[in-house]
Amino acid sequence: MATQSARLLLEPIVDNNPITLQILGICSALAVTTKLAPAITMSIALTAVIVGASVIISLIRRHMPSSIRIIIQMTIIASLVILVDQVLQAFAYERSKQLSVFVGLIITNCIVLGRAEAFASKNPPWPSFLDALGHGLGYSVILISVAAIRELLGSGSLLDVQILPLVKEGGWYEPNGLMLLAPGAFFIIGLMIWVIRSWKPAQLEKPEYRINVVHRTESL
Amino acid sequence: MMEHYLSLLFKAVFVENLALAFFLGMCTFLAVSKKIETAIGLGIAVIVVQTITVPVNSLIDQYLLQEGALAWLGLPELDLSFLGLITYIGVIAAMVQILEMLLDRYFPALYQALGIFLPLITVNCAILGGSLFMVERGYNLAESTVYGFGSGFGWALALVLLAGIREKLKYSDVPDGLQGLGITFITTGLMAMAFMAFSGIQL
Repeated sequence: MATQSARLLLEPIVDNNPITLQILGICSALAVTTKLAPAITMSIALTAVIVGASVIISLIRRHMPSSIRIIIQMTIIASLVILVDQVLQAFAYERSKQLSVFVGLIITNCIVLGRAEAFASKNPPWPSFLDALGHGLGYSVILISVAAIRELLGSGSLLDVQILPLVKEGGWYEPNGLMLLAPGAFFIIGLMIWVIRSWKPAQLEKPEYRINVVHRTESL
Repeated sequence: MMEHYLSLLFKAVFVENLALAFFLGMCTFLAVSKKIETAIGLGIAVIVVQTITVPVNSLIDQYLLQEGALAWLGLPELDLSFLGLITYIGVIAAMVQILEMLLDRYFPALYQALGIFLPLITVNCAILGGSLFMVERGYNLAESTVYGFGSGFGWALALVLLAGIREKLKYSDVPDGLQGLGITFITTGLMAMAFMAFSGIQL
């Protein structure tokens, strides 16, 4: 039982990562990662919503008519997102302004609905809690590492603390402006997928066409 | 006056492209861009839904949700803007459902062509994102219609362009680890760089 729980919790972090393998929830992963601090807030917000939604949906899974389950799940998720948004506005107003529409967009984040639909609506609350927490952490790991790379290379700092002294302030580091712009995020995620898939070859995708392979009948 | 709308349209399509500058609707963007035909089908569906939902949400925001919007009911101090998110997603789901029924009844050929993509639009964050940006920037009804059409068109344009590139890309020799998703991300990054060239243009 203990190994089962550990597997549920740890598998989504690298082996079955929602972002790099399942291609879910990418929108927000790219948009809020120009600095580390908003990325951390976003990770906490998403993990809170996904854990809350999974546990609630799992608790009422026997009472949900399957024909209207999507709309029930959307309503639960939307209510939790409104809750998170209100909490952020009350206690971290500056941060909530910085994240602008992206907290609201957690509603349409496919990871949340995906876990609710694929796991929580079929399993008891405790496994659903672990599964949701694992996926939340898997999302957070990617989000935080992308944000760390972008902030470090783009402005030479981490969490607004200057790590690499900038040229214009008398140091030696010339910041790479591309990292702060949209294309930088795409490149980093692309390269990150390359690294992860070279490390875990099981995640490789089969090419649709093979070049330079001699057809078997030709070699005979 | 005309110039204002033209500039808003241009900005929504090219400068603030929902897919390439704000990363909205990325999941669908990456999943459906393997073939040009399906990309065009989904693109048209997104344009239609976006052009309808953004102005409808704009009306709802102006006359029901905003602070003081309920003055016409004699409740000027009521502020329902915290209900925004849940209302917009409801409106989008309802609009998609109505559109599906209308298309099925009057344009069965188009309905067949769009197939599964129409219901999937409900959970496309480009649609919800369009409505949220409209509220944040305070567009009026005419502006939000133009913005809705422009942002939908920009998203569709990016999707069809990427599908075209990917159709060629599958014949190229890509390193194993980059195969599929990895190379798509890098291609999208290059496209985003190309679109950034529009950013200085003012009409």
